[in-house]
Amino acid sequence: MSTDTNIGAEPRGGGGPAHSSSESRQWTARMRHAAESAFPPDQLLPDRQPAYMASWIYVFGVLTVVSLAWVIITGCVLAIMGPTWWHVSSTGHFVNSLHLWSVECFFFFMVIHLWGKFFMAAWRGNRRLTWATGVISFLVSVAAAFTGYVSQTNFDSQWISTQAKDGINSTGAGALWNVLNFGQMLMWHIVLLPIGVALIAGLHVLLVRRHGIVPPFELGDHHAESAAATPVAAEEPA
Amino acid sequence: MVLGALLAALVNLGGTGKYFHWGFIQISAANLVVIILMVVVFVLAILLPFPKRKGDRQ
Repeated sequence: MSTDTNIGAEPRGGGGPAHSSSESRQWTARMRHAAESAFPPDQLLPDRQPAYMASWIYVFGVLTVVSLAWVIITGCVLAIMGPTWWHVSSTGHFVNSLHLWSVECFFFFMVIHLWGKFFMAAWRGNRRLTWATGVISFLVSVAAAFTGYVSQTNFDSQWISTQAKDGINSTGAGALWNVLNFGQMLMWHIVLLPIGVALIAGLHVLLVRRHGIVPPFELGDHHAESAAATPVAAEEPA
Repeated sequence: MVLGALLAALVNLGGTGKYFHWGFIQISAANLVVIILMVVVFVLAILLPFPKRKGDRQ
């Protein structure tokens, strides 16, 4: 990590932070400074939010994240115990149902979150990448859910995969992505797509922290003029 | 067990799924119920006031 200019130098630890010019050129130092600049601790984990956020419509983003956490936790338990367990034992049935219903909640909350952000035009104020990562994570989640339906190892998954193969093959993607190949679908479902969803959703949350929650629309000129022309009946008490 | 039996009695999940057809549109009753629920929750989230704590500034 260090260059030969640091050989023989006193070790750090007791003398507080020391930033030499050679240190600041290292990629680790540059990354650390960039991360500290982009995400100050009070911005990364804030304890106060703007007043306009006091609305139920702002709750659905975090509900989506919580549902995703439940999807991953229950999915890990299913992966540890295996298909026989989730098909036969009552506890396995329960965890399998938790996995299914947390996915249902995930999409339910995510779609309401999407509707809310669409009508707020949440891409305003240099938030285009926040919007784009949300859209991409939604699309990757759809693929993750689909591969889950074909990985159930039951008649339902057989039916879904045989119905889907014609649709996938008509796009040309079937040459690489064979929905009748159970092993391939399972690997996509439990490795690649969860990694994709987690990374993109994580980036989405970081971007929300970086740029903040989108504010409401300001009153346009027309509304402002109308409000100015309207006689005020009584002054509010100070 | 009792709660599960009560909930299961509301909808018969053992039979063939029910579908609605409007021209070229075909949708299952289950999916239609979920979409209607999402719209209802969306409207309620906009209309219902958010609880405030004492001392919160506007």
